[in-house]
This record gives sequence, structure tokens and C-alpha cells, in this order.
Amino acid sequence: MPARNYLSRDTAAAALVWSAAVVVAALFVWLTGDIVWRGAAYLTWDFLTAAPQDAGRAGGIGPILVSTLLLLAVCLAVALPLGLGTALLLAEFTVEDTAFARAVRRSLDILAGIPSIVFGLFGYVFFVQVLGLGFSILAGGLTLACMVLPLLIRACEAGLRAVPHEYRQACAALGLSRGAALRRVLLPAAVPGLLAGAVLGVGRALAETAALIYTSGYVDRLPSSLLDSGRALSIHIFDLSMNVPGGDRLAYGAALVLMLLLLIINATSAWLSRRWSQGRIVSV
Amino acid sequence: MISSSPSILSPSRSDALLRATLRGCAAVAGLILVFIFLFLLSAAWPVLREAGPWRFVTDAAWHPAEGLYQLLPMVAGTLYCAAGALLLAVPLGVLSAVFLRFYAPRPLAVVYRRLVELLAGIPSVVYGFWGLVVLVPLIAAWQAPGTSLLAGVWVLALMILPTVALTADAALGAVPRDTLRAAAALGLGRWSTVWRIALPAARAGVLAGVVLAAGRALGETMAVLMVTGNVVAVPDSVFAPLRTLAANIALEMAYAMDLHRAALFVSGLVLAGLVAGLMLLAARLSGESAHASA
Repeated sequence: MPARNYLSRDTAAAALVWSAAVVVAALFVWLTGDIVWRGAAYLTWDFLTAAPQDAGRAGGIGPILVSTLLLLAVCLAVALPLGLGTALLLAEFTVEDTAFARAVRRSLDILAGIPSIVFGLFGYVFFVQVLGLGFSILAGGLTLACMVLPLLIRACEAGLRAVPHEYRQACAALGLSRGAALRRVLLPAAVPGLLAGAVLGVGRALAETAALIYTSGYVDRLPSSLLDSGRALSIHIFDLSMNVPGGDRLAYGAALVLMLLLLIINATSAWLSRRWSQGRIVSV
Repeated sequence: MISSSPSILSPSRSDALLRATLRGCAAVAGLILVFIFLFLLSAAWPVLREAGPWRFVTDAAWHPAEGLYQLLPMVAGTLYCAAGALLLAVPLGVLSAVFLRFYAPRPLAVVYRRLVELLAGIPSVVYGFWGLVVLVPLIAAWQAPGTSLLAGVWVLALMILPTVALTADAALGAVPRDTLRAAAALGLGRWSTVWRIALPAARAGVLAGVVLAAGRALGETMAVLMVTGNVVAVPDSVFAPLRTLAANIALEMAYAMDLHRAALFVSGLVLAGLVAGLMLLAARLSGESAHASA
């Protein structure tokens, strides 16, 4: 009797687990299928390059893609050096768990969870008003940089920690200064991991909407400088679907473009970190 | 870690400079959080001084233009949405992880894991857009107006499900092989192994993932704003519209002036405080799990 009980309970549990998996897969197919199905028609060169007309009901997303790229460029240009520097200090220069390193880590842990709208508020007060940048790509990019920094640092730290310890001992034995050891040996060895982190950061920044509304603004013209307001792709989707009656059709096109961009970015990051972990196995 | 002492093995001056530069980077990175709280507080200060913190819970309603700052309906909206999303996403996410680790044949597990990772990479505005054009009309056909707690919960649950599933998957993967072999040797069935051995062993990691997901659910702005109708009221059914704290900020910052604007910064502070607490909890939990597996 108990044996049979176990058996039937096992079967019921298996059914439960499988049906949960099927539900998740079905929801996923529903969502992506809908976006791909209705957005595919807009995946043309014209749509990608033309300027939006009639508040986005017609035309394309050319200037919006340019603004998005500029936002990402500003974000990376600031976050990458700062993140790499912090990761280097945390992974290579902190011999023990000093109070300073602990405090920085703790602060970054919390920063990683701060909601993006709060970053938006901060960016609005600090970059837009206090630093006087106005609604601009520069202000938006700097806000994004604050947001992706924890992610970037964690990835860079992981990349550096994955470099075999023998490399450092060999450098020390050769009498290399730490700066030279970093430049010549450790950084090159950690490059795939660092790249994977950077790409991940780009993905996070690209997906962001709330932090940008009150920092980089809504203007959908082609920006002429970094101090111009520019509309990110995600904000374009938001605006088309919420504020523009009849904007849904083209919002599908923009949503598909955004999803494809993120897909490429995330796949690149995954590929880089896989390649790097394979390389590690060989070199150890 | 370069473990040699700088005074003996690297006497170079450039190293001292490098070290100072890196310390500067780390200090800036660490100070961002302090800056965020300082600037939010300074922007919120006018209303905190004028009205005091208690007005935000005792006022009759949220009419900031008339000096009424009741935040509780939006706190309730935020908590309802997040709780509902967790109620759906935690069982589905944990079961997905169990499926990945214990039930799926290997090739299927590879495909399924990739699928969940893809789901994690979809931006929130796309979730919101899909909710708005697909879910809301569907719910409206059943019970007007469609933009509702239910739509918010549904969209949020989909958004946080990958977080729960992927962290639970990692936590289950960290359960020592020997433990599972011992369970098999004792003749435990697959489900008993999962329920009595693997999940309890992975508890801390799974919980940390749930707390992370909760933080994301509380702070999510755009997806929720797009599907919940944004009426300031405590929802009395799953079909009633509501407004969350984050959505309130995004909606009203565009035209808010003076004290009204300051009041929005207060809601930003409340939100940041809530989530910061959760993040500390998650860090502590995952720290525990690291100790447990070491």
C-alpha cells in the first residue's frame, strides 16, 4: 500500500512539474509569437532608417535608433572605465576584505536593486538640474551609467577572478610592477569576461525606459549634439502605445527591433562568457 | 588577487598612482548610492518640512495640488501587484527549475533553459506593450475596464518568473551530488528527493531569488503603468484599476510643481527604502547559502 501511494504521488508530481513547464513555454510562445507575427512586416530598411512622421503613426525609427546608440555610447564611455577601475581594486588590489571594500560592495549590492524610476528621479535632480545638462542624451546616458555600474562591476570582477592565480605568481616572480602585470597579463587574459560584462550592461541599458523619461526626454528628431534631447527606442514604444492613438501597429515594429537587438546582445554575451570559460580549462 | 606586499615586491611609484586611481573609481562607484539618497532627500525636503512625514499616511486623499498627500492607496497598489505576481511566479518559477534539474531530458533542458533566459532578456516596455494590446482587451471582454490589478499581476508575474526560475535553477544545481545520490540509495522517489532533500538544501538560494524578484516587482514602472489603469484607489477586486508608487512618479513628474514635486520625491524615497531593505535581505540570504555550500 505505501509503495503504491508513493508511486501515485510521484506521477501526480511529475504531471504538475511538466504542466508548469508547458505553461511557461506556452506563455513565452504567445508573447514572442505575437510580437514577431505582427512586427515582422516592419522589419525593412525603410522602417529602420526613415524619420517618424505624424507622431510615429507613419515613417520609421531612424533618428530614434541614432539617439539610442548615442545614449548607449555615453553610458559605456562613463561606466566602463569606472566599473573596470572598481572591479580591479576589488579583485586585484584588496588583499583582505578591508572595511572600504566591504562598504563599496554593500553599496553596489543595494544599488543593483534600486528601481529604475528612482534612478530617473536622481538623474533629473542631479544631471538635468544641478549640473544643468537639461533634458539631453548626456544626462540620460549618465543616468544609465549609474544604473548599469553594479552589473558591470560584478561581471568584470568575475572575469578577473577567473584568471588563473599562477599568472599573478609568475608576474610577481618576474619582478613586474602591478601596473605592468595588469596591462600585459591579467587584463588581456580577462578580456572575454570583461567584454561579456560590458555587453550585458549594454543590454540592460537598452531595455531601460523609466530612467530615461525625465533625463533624455521625448524629442524624436535626429539629435545634433549630446546636449540635445533624444528619444530611446523603448520610450518610443511606450509613447506610441500609450499616448498616440493608432500607434500600435508601428509600436509592434519597434518592439520587434528592440527584442532582436537584445537577443543579439545577450547571445553575444553568453557566447563570450562560454568561450572564456572553455579557454580557461585549456590554459590551467 | 595580487597577494604580494607592495612594499617588498612592487616598489614602483606608478603602482601607487594606479592604486590611488582605482581607489578613486571605487569611491565614486560606492558613493552613487549615497548621492541618490541625499539628492532625493534634498528634493523631498520642502514637503517633509512643510507637512511632516505623517501627512503621507493620515491625509484624506492624494490631491497634491490641494495639499493632500495620502500615499497609502498607492503603497497598497504596489504591494497588491507585487504580492499577486509573486504568488503566480514563485510556484511556476520553482517548478520550472525543478523541471530543468530533475525531470527534463537533457536536450530539452538545454532548450528550456535558453527559453527562460530569453524571457529574462525581454525588456519591460515590451511586456507592458504586449499586456496593453493583448491581455487588457482579453480581460475587458470578460470584465470591464480591462486595465486592472489582474493585468498588472499577470504582466509582472511573467517578468519576474525568469529571475525566480534561473536563481532556483542555480541553487538546485549547487546541491551536492552526494546528497542526491544518498537519497537515491535510500530508495526515495524522484518527487520525494526534490521535496524533502533538494529544495530544503537549496532553500537559501531559492529564497534569495524570490527576494530579488520581489524587489523587481515593487520597483517596476513602465510595464505596470501601461496595464493597470492608474486610478488612485485601493483596488476592491482583481478587475479594479490601481496605481503603484513607481507609476505615480512617472505619470505626475511631467507636470508636478513645488510641493507636489517634492511629494513625488517622497514616494521615490519610500520605494527606494523598501527595495534597499529587500536587497540587503537578499545579500544576507545568498551569503548564507554560500556558507552552506562551502
